[in-house]
Amino acid sequence: MSENLVPKIKKEAQGVEDQILKKKKPMMKFPVRSLANVKYAEKAGYFEIRGMKKERTLTVNTVKTFAQTLRMMALSKTLVETDDIATKREAYYVSKNWGDARFLEQTESDTVMDDVEALFEVNREQMGFVPEEKGGDISGALIVVDKDTDTGKPIRIDCTQFGSGAYSIPISVEHLKFETKAKFILVIETAGMFQRLVKHGYWKKANCILVSMGGVPTRACRRFIRRLADDKKLPVYVFVDGDPYGISNIYRTFKVGSGNAAHINEFFCVPQARFLGITPQDIIDYKLPTHPLKEVDVKRAKDAIKNDPFFKHHKAWAKAMEHLVSMGVRAEQQALAAHGLNYVIDEYLPQKIAHPERFLP
Amino acid sequence: MSGATAKKTNSGGKRAAPAKSPAPARAVKQTPRATPKVVRLTAADMAEKQREISVSEFFTKNRHLLGFDSPAKALLTTVKEAVDNALDACEEAGILPDLILEIQEVNETRYRVSVQDNGPGIVKAQVPRIFGQLLYGSKFHRLRQSRGQQGIGISAAAMYGQLTTGRAIGVISKTGAGKPAHRFEIQIDTRANRPVVVADHEVEWIPAHGTRVELEIEATYKKGRHSVDGYVEQTAMANPHAQIVYVDPKGERVEYPRVAQELPVPPKEIKPHPHGVELGILLKMLHETKAKNLQGFLTSEFSRVSAASADEIAKTAMLPPSYSPHKAARDQAEALYKAIQVTKLMAPPANVLSPIGEELLLAGMKKQVEAKFYAATSRSPAVYRGNPFCVEAALAFGGEALPGDELITMLRFANRVPLLYQQSACAVSKSVTQTNWKAYGLQQSRGALPTAPMLLMVHIASVWVPFTSESKEAVASYPEIMKEIKLALMDVGRKLGIYIRRGLRESDEEKKRSYIEKYIPHIGIALQEILGIDDKERDKVCATLKDTLERSRT
Repeated sequence: MSENLVPKIKKEAQGVEDQILKKKKPMMKFPVRSLANVKYAEKAGYFEIRGMKKERTLTVNTVKTFAQTLRMMALSKTLVETDDIATKREAYYVSKNWGDARFLEQTESDTVMDDVEALFEVNREQMGFVPEEKGGDISGALIVVDKDTDTGKPIRIDCTQFGSGAYSIPISVEHLKFETKAKFILVIETAGMFQRLVKHGYWKKANCILVSMGGVPTRACRRFIRRLADDKKLPVYVFVDGDPYGISNIYRTFKVGSGNAAHINEFFCVPQARFLGITPQDIIDYKLPTHPLKEVDVKRAKDAIKNDPFFKHHKAWAKAMEHLVSMGVRAEQQALAAHGLNYVIDEYLPQKIAHPERFLP
Repeated sequence: MSGATAKKTNSGGKRAAPAKSPAPARAVKQTPRATPKVVRLTAADMAEKQREISVSEFFTKNRHLLGFDSPAKALLTTVKEAVDNALDACEEAGILPDLILEIQEVNETRYRVSVQDNGPGIVKAQVPRIFGQLLYGSKFHRLRQSRGQQGIGISAAAMYGQLTTGRAIGVISKTGAGKPAHRFEIQIDTRANRPVVVADHEVEWIPAHGTRVELEIEATYKKGRHSVDGYVEQTAMANPHAQIVYVDPKGERVEYPRVAQELPVPPKEIKPHPHGVELGILLKMLHETKAKNLQGFLTSEFSRVSAASADEIAKTAMLPPSYSPHKAARDQAEALYKAIQVTKLMAPPANVLSPIGEELLLAGMKKQVEAKFYAATSRSPAVYRGNPFCVEAALAFGGEALPGDELITMLRFANRVPLLYQQSACAVSKSVTQTNWKAYGLQQSRGALPTAPMLLMVHIASVWVPFTSESKEAVASYPEIMKEIKLALMDVGRKLGIYIRRGLRESDEEKKRSYIEKYIPHIGIALQEILGIDDKERDKVCATLKDTLERSRT
């Protein structure tokens, strides 16, 4: 894909130059990056971009952003051509050589980067920009086939061989190949729960692959699981906290993508994901200790029911969210420890996994 | 008396209800009904204690009414009264005023004030009464724009000096080149409100004519805008035709040179307008007039009453035009008063006023403060309660001398006299805060003065400025006056608004230019990096784009 990025950049830049030389004010069209510009395509399984575009015309007021966007495109072209990468932070520092056009905060450069990414409908890794964040941890019955960075020879990484540690998902995952006999992938929100399941060898017992997301999953993590699940036709079960954040931010983004990066949701979503728990019903069924919902939680839940295409589409989800709001409480994954530290391994997960048809969509 | 005692008395009274109260003197205050022994004063007793209060006695007790409430204010009021008189005298005599004001420190709480003018001097026989009798003067009984109005000021200052230091007021006066100069020392008999001449000598005095007043008073001297310093500075501003030399208590000499070489057009004296007269005054005028009949009275004692309108008034009042005014009782006067109110009359003559004028307002402002923008307006005269008046406003805006993040400085003047106290009670301040300065590009909180680097000056000229008190510190808020002030403010405000908006546009242009200069080269660099164009083409792109943007308005 990155091969045809350079022509795309050139074409856009050529358009700008042509407009200038015709004594016109150049204009670029960027896709709108918000939930308002996505629709939930159930068949495809993710948030599709609706094609709303904002025009950015070069005027006195926009000349700075325009210049920065073009310079960011030039940097991306250089990175791709030299097969190099720059983290988002590094890109921000590169701009410090741009004199007056430099960014003052990384948030500014991130925004311009996201705009360029959306403009060319690629992901930023393809443009040579990588995030600093880790992709996520893997443990379980999986062999990842990677390449040696120097020789290009395949390397087989056995994810059962990390002991009490774990395999770290790399930032770029497109070249990876997989070998596994596992029956499903269990995606976990917190590192703490992941640690417990790894320590007690849950993956052996259940014959599965364990993934730790550590909060909202990174793009690499989503892409990795997507490729793995597609490739090996594995079901994906998600196990997060029973609160509006775990449901609407983590799970929703994981399964169908986000409004902000709508142009790449197609690649960075895991439509086959199903919601194992903690469900609002679990709080009652398992008599879980709870905390009261905070004001932001309630707001987040109501906002999701009202505005999020995903929740608007899945009546079951809207109902579950309303249930949670009416109970006014939330329960963390680790709340299961109230019934014994290994209750989650011995009782909860086996009971749940016995009936995947009961999982929320 | 303590609460406990009161209780005791009450309960005692309850037990022996009909008996005499044990402490009748006390009981008077508490239960006036059960006090047979109270000594009540008879009308005759009271009459013994009733006697005339002289004006001077009244003001001895109520000195705050005249502006002598604190030692700092006493100094200012004294200077102000002497300077007002000096300027009035010079102008009436058609002389360009040359004033020398000197304040000497006798000790920390005692100062000697002397004010000398080059006016016409005062006839020897009049000197004692002018300086030694309250409510004696030439200005109260006429309607003419002047600084002094009541004839209280300088004699009140003299009385204040006498009360606080025991020193009599000193006056030197000379009425012409060949004539001798006299030096008086005058005390006031406060009981009788009468002058007592303590000393009267012929003295050698160099000036051809003029008056010099010397007072020793208890006072404190402070620097700043509310002090004598500020007063003199502002007086010079409102009187560009005067030259003022000021020697302050530290011996520093400040000269305010003459800016205008011509005297202002002398204001004219007018008779009262019927619509401004109150019933009591009308009654008094009826009795005091020399006119033989009603028509004569109305046409001669008032302005703007023709024979025809006098007849109309008489008819409405159901009185014959030949009616003798001296016979008029309250009922007739009231009928007349009501008739006057409903009769249409010409507005009082307006050309009797002597405004400063736009040109001199601007000159005065420019002399006072260095600013980036000046505006002034002098409105045509209007009328309140039958008195013509005229409002003028001037402003100075911007520049280093004026602080930008503070409320504006507001200077108020009435008949060319600066008003330094009671700002918030004044019609001027109310009008300024009620004006929407945001419309002219200034910041303004609700009900406050605007915040801007600005000096604002408002002058009200009238044959009778309605002050809220005798100390003449604030102008009363007549709706007609407020309206005129606001119109004057809007006038200068609009001029300022145009200037400010132009300034904003220019700084916008400036910003636009600098934006273009800064960022266009980067568009060139980026396009060169992406497209690999040569330097020549890059420069052409930049030049074309710059041209396109500069021609566009957005």
